[in-house]
Amino acid sequence: MSKEKLIDVNDLATYFHTEEGTVKAVDGVSFEIYPGETLGIVGESGCGKSVTSLSIMRLIESPPGKIENGEILFNGKDLTKLNQKQMRKIRGNDISMIFQEPMTSLNPVYTVGDQIMEAILIHKDVSKKEARQEAIDMLTKVGIPLPEQRVDEYPHQLSGGMRQRVMIAMSLSCDPQLLIADEPTTALDVTIQAQILELMNSLKRQFGMAIMMITHDLGVIAEVSDRVAVMYAGKVVEYADVKDLYGDPKHPYTWGLMYSIPHIEKDLERLEAIPGNVPNPLNFPEGCKFNTRCQFATDKCRVDEPELEEVEEGHYSACWHVDKLEEQKAKQGRG
Amino acid sequence: MEWQEVVIRLFKNKISLIGLILIIFFGVIAIGAPWIAPPSDPSEPYMVPRAGWGFEPQPPSSEHIFGTAEGQYDIFYGIIWGTRTAFRIGFIIVGISSFIGILVGTLAGYYGGWFDEVVMRITDIFMAIPFLIAAIVMTTILGQGLRNVMIALITFGWMNSARLMRSQVLSIKEEEFVIAADALGAGDFRIIFKHVILNTIFPLVIEASMRMGSMVITASTLSFLGIGAPEGYADWGQMISFARNWILGGEGNAIKYWFTVVIPGGAITLFCLSWNLIGDAFRDILDPKLQ
Ligand SMILES: Nc1ncnc2c1ncn2[C@@H]1O[C@H](COP(=O)(O)OP(=O)(O)OP(=O)(O)O)[C@@H](O)[C@H]1O
Ligand code: SF4
Ligand SMILES: [Mg+2]
Repeated sequence: MSKEKLIDVNDLATYFHTEEGTVKAVDGVSFEIYPGETLGIVGESGCGKSVTSLSIMRLIESPPGKIENGEILFNGKDLTKLNQKQMRKIRGNDISMIFQEPMTSLNPVYTVGDQIMEAILIHKDVSKKEARQEAIDMLTKVGIPLPEQRVDEYPHQLSGGMRQRVMIAMSLSCDPQLLIADEPTTALDVTIQAQILELMNSLKRQFGMAIMMITHDLGVIAEVSDRVAVMYAGKVVEYADVKDLYGDPKHPYTWGLMYSIPHIEKDLERLEAIPGNVPNPLNFPEGCKFNTRCQFATDKCRVDEPELEEVEEGHYSACWHVDKLEEQKAKQGRG
Repeated sequence: MEWQEVVIRLFKNKISLIGLILIIFFGVIAIGAPWIAPPSDPSEPYMVPRAGWGFEPQPPSSEHIFGTAEGQYDIFYGIIWGTRTAFRIGFIIVGISSFIGILVGTLAGYYGGWFDEVVMRITDIFMAIPFLIAAIVMTTILGQGLRNVMIALITFGWMNSARLMRSQVLSIKEEEFVIAADALGAGDFRIIFKHVILNTIFPLVIEASMRMGSMVITASTLSFLGIGAPEGYADWGQMISFARNWILGGEGNAIKYWFTVVIPGGAITLFCLSWNLIGDAFRDILDPKLQ
């Protein structure tokens, strides 16, 4: 891709200094997002996905949290160097965010109209009346029936799916260049999930914004992403085009995750998730952080930490033994 | 829950309805005082008229329907205009101390860190001082008078609201909608005011209505002790203090001077009761878990 990067995250590290010790929630993460594309970020619970996105928004609670290292270039400007006032101009306007729980991410004491209008009134110089009209337009765009009526309803009068649509309306009301969606469908049931993903895809075409889609669900990632970053224990361990990643995973962790997607029609052994647990972030293992669960781990893995390396064109993996993985895949007669 | 719904339920709840009716009743008396008990000197309506200079209280009669207290102060007049005093004391003390508490608690909870630490330790120090004694000492230093009573009670009456508010803010701060508002680029003031305070205000309202009663009692206590309202001022505590020498009755009749105690005492009791009933009802309506 020759286009200008919209956001370029380099070696980002965000730690939490707690009483028990330092939690290295994000520890050297790099990725970039180009205008209009969707980057998927996938990984198990606690691997630092939310902390990465909150770092970009500069919403890390401090103390205990702190961005320790790295830069976040947004249109060439380093967000880590901005003060809160400058950051506020960017939040909701250039970069906006939707959250996992549509139940709790809306304020129960205001109507949905009030909340969408708030987003508009913070950033645009319009009258309340115009803002209200824009709110109604946004509700129409996110596919809420009877928007003139819904605009005056309270969040508890709406279903989960409708609430998430309202959140999306809110976050897109100022036409952001980047939308960060932190598990936007996890709390919804499957059919609604599909509708929301569909909606996000169509809004992306309509608004032309880029999306950073965070999830622990590989199925969701496959559906919406152009490229994918797989995170494990605060690091990106594999980074590739969505097709390459699914067709030919180059990191034992990704490979394991794929096997944990239930393929009921295929053989049952593949239902097994990766054995073992995510390591305690207060006490990560030496070397490769996946070494406690990796079937290919060697002594080298327990001493030296691998960095992301380009193993095929545009396909990065942080593993010392990609070759062993390839052997295993060949043995199993797979991709 | 929205405001409208809370109000509707407040009216539907029998207990709170009794409380509301009592409050409205007192409110009507307070507003209608100039007609119910016209002052002889309109420039000093709070001075209770005297029906002579005799020492012994006189029982209710057609002229003084609640009787007269020691010094021939008209009890009826004192009760009617004392209602205004009670409301004024209650609203001013509770209003200002709640405001201070809300401000302190919100800022401490929202900003956290060392600021929270310092503010809450100061709050602890204030809490460690016995309330009534502190109020007595401070009023004595400032000098007798209702204004000084109010200053003293405000000075030592804001800590509960502050602590309550802080804990509310701490829990609401973690709510996604507060983070979401932050993510929209809302400023601190907007977030604190729109998203934090309005979501946390109900427990404060409960606490404030409970405190209305107790503050009026405390103010009365100070008046009873002679460091509150000046003599002859229409104030319920003052009315009771007139009864101090007569509570035990006399001449073989233990309840001979009952009216000097029962009438002002009843007024204070009903007034406090009504606020507590409303507070209780609020609590039932707003948070079943709090019971
Ligand atoms: N405020 C905090 N204080 C201390 N540790 C924190 C804090 N916030 C997050 N962490 C830690 O940072 C790590 C990464 O958390 P994060 O929320 O980014 O995970 P995640 O990948 O989003 O997981 P999930 O899928 O559960 O949302 C976790 O180990 C978490 O315990
Ligand atoms: S570096 Fe070693 S432990 Fe880490 S994933 Fe590769 S093989 Fe496994
Ligand atoms: Mg998360």
